[in-house]
Amino acid sequence: MTTTAAGSADPAAAGAGSTRSRQLRRLLRKPNFIIGSVIVLAFLLVTILAPVLTPYDPTEGDFLSTQLPPVLGHPLGTDQYGRDLLTRVLYGSRTALLAILVADGIALVAGSALGLAAGFYGGAADSIIMRVVDVLLAFPYLLLALIIVAALGPSLFNAMVAIGVVYTPQYARLLRGKALSIRQQEYVQSARALGARDVRVMLRHVLPNSAVPILVTATLQAGTVIVETAGLSFLGLGAQPPTPDWGAILADGQSYFLTSWWIATFPGIAILLVVLGFNLVGDALRDTLEGG
Amino acid sequence: MFQYTARRLLQLLPVIIGVSLLVFFAMHVLPGDVATLLLGDRATKQQLVDLRHQLGLDKPIWVQYWAFLTSALRGDFGVSLRTNHPALAMVLEAFPVTFQLSLAALVIALAAGLPLGVLAGVRPGGWLDNGLLGVSLIGVSMPIFWLGLMLILVFGAHLNWFPIGGVLDIGQSVHRITGMPVLDAALEGRWGAFDSAVRHLVLPAATLSTIPLALITRITRAEVVGALGQDYVRTARAKGLRERGVVVRHALRNGMIPVVTVVGLQFGLLLSGAVLTETIFSLPGLGRLMVDSILNRDYPVVQAGAIVVALVFVVINLLVDISYAYLDPRIRYQ
Repeated sequence: MTTTAAGSADPAAAGAGSTRSRQLRRLLRKPNFIIGSVIVLAFLLVTILAPVLTPYDPTEGDFLSTQLPPVLGHPLGTDQYGRDLLTRVLYGSRTALLAILVADGIALVAGSALGLAAGFYGGAADSIIMRVVDVLLAFPYLLLALIIVAALGPSLFNAMVAIGVVYTPQYARLLRGKALSIRQQEYVQSARALGARDVRVMLRHVLPNSAVPILVTATLQAGTVIVETAGLSFLGLGAQPPTPDWGAILADGQSYFLTSWWIATFPGIAILLVVLGFNLVGDALRDTLEGG
Repeated sequence: MFQYTARRLLQLLPVIIGVSLLVFFAMHVLPGDVATLLLGDRATKQQLVDLRHQLGLDKPIWVQYWAFLTSALRGDFGVSLRTNHPALAMVLEAFPVTFQLSLAALVIALAAGLPLGVLAGVRPGGWLDNGLLGVSLIGVSMPIFWLGLMLILVFGAHLNWFPIGGVLDIGQSVHRITGMPVLDAALEGRWGAFDSAVRHLVLPAATLSTIPLALITRITRAEVVGALGQDYVRTARAKGLRERGVVVRHALRNGMIPVVTVVGLQFGLLLSGAVLTETIFSLPGLGRLMVDSILNRDYPVVQAGAIVVALVFVVINLLVDISYAYLDPRIRYQ
């Protein structure tokens, strides 16, 4: 079994275990990685603990306390229906996590499958799949997402599906390249000689050897997916009221923000922080694991 | 060079056919049909059947696609279901606003990104380098629709330096020549309108420029760092050239090829970002038109807009590839 030691400088590396642990030590020495991980972990904790962290309901209004500026009891203020903004922002993390799971998930699974098939089989399959990828890449990202949402109808789930389709080419290209290079390796040739079926060779040999670049791409995409889903919600094409979604809260806030600046300000800071966290982790992973 | 260009043009054909297929079928898997949309819920069955027949919707799907394709080639995408104006005309009217915005954003990104990238690259690891790296990381993580609102809040509402939306002040007007308000005002010599148009452009263009600015700074820095380690730079230094000359004439010039590519590819991202920016600043551009048309299920306009943007995007990518091949002859022979 080969490892991901592609960029490791020491040819005398004893094996997979020591390479991994050395890479891990290098990662843990990077301040960017630490900061990013703390942000991402905090984000994940908030998605689980949201109901514990706040006494309010994210969708229930209180008409006696609308558009309150940040005060004790409502540290981020309230919105036009008197809902506690901190609560909405905390619960919004769940929508963001869902966007990562659905959109990044669709892109990863569909893109990997297409890329593997294209690179592994070559010939007509490769041509057809890559032409489809070319067509998807012929649209600016958000425009393609808009067209797909237009076809499926505006909803949070459809927005996530659209973003997933938009980022499918990223993974398809990555896995195609990997499959092309790994296909020629001896261990793949011998696995085939032993009579392993194509699907088995792809899943057991090609895919595990692409794990590192997939992980790096998925981490960096996670941030992108959050921004893009929030963007579609902001345009009214994603999450519909009263769903607590950062983009939708921002859109709400836009109508009131000359009088109540806090409604639009805080969900934006939440997006910025979480996306920054994923980008920091992704950059550090890429530099360390892919031999930068 | 000619052969390379011809080959790349030929490769475009399947992509463009694919684009038309995607746009056509995306609008055909829609729940509900155009006839119901046009006539409303109270239409009788016979009226619906008649209209479907009139629009050709009762024909096989491939016949419909062929009709769509041949009309589209003639520039006929049908009329808007909202305004009854030709869809393509509406798209072409909105496009210059988006183009002006994207161009202004790109100019800001280049004017700031190139010098910042050089400054960071000449002393890698220095405080300026680290500081700029941090800022550019925040820049690429920024949701631009949020940044736009914050800029409006600070520079529009509180400081009152810039208008918070639209393309011109009330009372100002320009005749439509190119459709780009700044350029049209200048061409007409209406300097009051020109000033107003420029002031309306500053905040949206600054908003849209953040991500390309961060990327251009990063790539210029990387190229300068790489080039400064090369032999020809050592030679230039050994000749006794001043450091400034070494950086600008040798390191930067050779680092320009990747920068050109990034700039070209950024244009597509700018068109994406323009959708959000136009919404925040209420600009009558293509992005805003597309979103409004989708929300109102005005499909002819969505189709026309999607095809026009995809064509522009594909052509810009082609120009980038060709200029790249021109700058680096090795590429032509692959």
